[in-house]
Amino acid sequence: MADTAATATPETAGVTDNGIRRRDFLDIAAVSAAGIGGLAVVYPLVSQMAPSKDVLAASSTEVDVGSIEPGMAIKAIFRKQPLFVRRLTAQEIKMAEDVAVGSLRDPQTLEERTKEGHKDMLVTMGVCTHLGCVPLGAAVGEPRGEFGGYFCPCHGSHYDTAGRIRKGPAPTNLEVPEYAFTSDTVIQVG
Amino acid sequence: MSFPWAKEYTPTNPVMKFLDEKLPLPRLVYNAVGAGYPVPRNLSYFWNFGVLAGFFLVLQIVTGVVLAMHYAANAQVAFATTEHIMRDVNWGWLMRYAHANGASFFFIVVYLHIFRGFYYSSYKAPREMIWLLGVVIFLLMMATAFMGYVLPWGQMSFWGAKVITGLFGAIPLIGEPIQVWLLGGFAPDNAALNRFFSLHFLLPFVIAGVVILHIWALHIPGSSNPTGVEVKSESDTLPFHPYYTAKDGFGLGVALLLYFGLVFFLPNYLGHPDNYIEANPLSTPAHIVPEWYFWPFYAILRAFTADFFFIPAKLMGVLAMFSAILLWFFLPWLDKSPVRSGHYRPLFRKFFWFGLIPAMAVLFYCGGAPAEEPFVMLSQIATAYYFLHFLVILPIVSQIEKPEPLPYSITEAVLGSDDKAVLGENATPAV
Repeated sequence: MADTAATATPETAGVTDNGIRRRDFLDIAAVSAAGIGGLAVVYPLVSQMAPSKDVLAASSTEVDVGSIEPGMAIKAIFRKQPLFVRRLTAQEIKMAEDVAVGSLRDPQTLEERTKEGHKDMLVTMGVCTHLGCVPLGAAVGEPRGEFGGYFCPCHGSHYDTAGRIRKGPAPTNLEVPEYAFTSDTVIQVG
Repeated sequence: MSFPWAKEYTPTNPVMKFLDEKLPLPRLVYNAVGAGYPVPRNLSYFWNFGVLAGFFLVLQIVTGVVLAMHYAANAQVAFATTEHIMRDVNWGWLMRYAHANGASFFFIVVYLHIFRGFYYSSYKAPREMIWLLGVVIFLLMMATAFMGYVLPWGQMSFWGAKVITGLFGAIPLIGEPIQVWLLGGFAPDNAALNRFFSLHFLLPFVIAGVVILHIWALHIPGSSNPTGVEVKSESDTLPFHPYYTAKDGFGLGVALLLYFGLVFFLPNYLGHPDNYIEANPLSTPAHIVPEWYFWPFYAILRAFTADFFFIPAKLMGVLAMFSAILLWFFLPWLDKSPVRSGHYRPLFRKFFWFGLIPAMAVLFYCGGAPAEEPFVMLSQIATAYYFLHFLVILPIVSQIEKPEPLPYSITEAVLGSDDKAVLGENATPAV
């Protein structure tokens, strides 16, 4: 080590007793620190594109469902997307329950898709699970498809009275958002 | 375009070989900032600021593109969207503070870069074109920074826009129509805000383009160095990588420490509280000053308080302010001394340290001070010296000065026995 000052080259300078160059340690330490720092920078740059706080704050909405007559539906807005609330008639409930669940593409019972004690209140997103169009059938006079629920005109997906996919390209049933009855006639979605 | 001993790019990896044949981008990088670019071995830390300026340009573009995703250039909502960025957008506060302080740091490193150019006469042949392009970049930076400051639509934004476009109103006869045309109205409003946003987005890419020309022009003669003696042989140079990538990396680390110190702990230190009040066309803030990086030129603008023969004071101030920078375009031909480095120019050094630098400091201070005595008089004296320095003193000094002996080569300056006698002097001008 004593003579390295006279003969030092980048390859031999600062070699410690166990044969490791100080320079290699510094290299690895510096490049690692810069790498970790670079990754730390990426996180906020990616995260800034996620929904901002004001968007998230608007993602909870209350809907008064008390005035919906059996057989009728309303459209509300949840997260800037249509929300269908439909009050089923006794016949529609029967139609939904008569289907063999095992034969469905996305097997779910009407009970699983509604809240206890409110089996006649079907709350789903009005967003086709195929490519996001708004299905028809919530407003009076709109076609309800072959199974009496909703019909998506974009690519012909048919949903039944429980909002389950029965025919067409959609892969899953209409999404049931997270919601709860805050009173007998009011639901809070989100 | 480089020295004959520059290492050639020889890829061994088949992918890199393929790339080199079809699109030699790795070769370009290798020859520009890799081992294939020989650089004088004696560069000091003053040669870090070009790379730092490039870094801050990229930082400004990245944070700026992010901010533009959340900002709306409409006078009704611009101020609100700025607050939206600060409060609602994930990490929006970081993006905005990084961008606002990034502008300040961009100017800090560019001013140090220019200072280096002044002291070591980096503008002299064969590097005139690098200097001219640099002045163009500086002018573009000033325009970009000014328009960016208007976007938050606070009080300082609004009145800054009004005052700066008012400069054009000083032009005789056509001045007022030009001001109205620039603003698209009679005062800053939607039209002005929208065009400023559009241009503020465009100009950084124009700057990036001119920066490429600036670097291209640099790579023809290669970097200057603290002795000002041109490279004579291979022993005068080191490959850019790893020697100067490491040195620039260290400088970048120091700059980032200072920068993030400001971003995280004093994010509004360089700003003005008035800009957190929404623009109000009916009330001017009591003390209106531009951002700090415009202070020296703002002081020159305000130094002209009386009509000069037939030229009104307002026009004179505007002309002087623009000339103060346009003057730099003529610098390579005003300073005729064949010696580049200030190290070897005793008389130049005196006027530099005891003339130009104090004058710039006074202008800087007065530009941020209120427009009252003694600041107006100080600005006038400093402005007079500033122009005198470039137009009279520099040409005369370069004629009458007897430069100190130059080292034969960079290697001699670094390794020679007269090492200390030649280089150790830079701190104390001993004449």
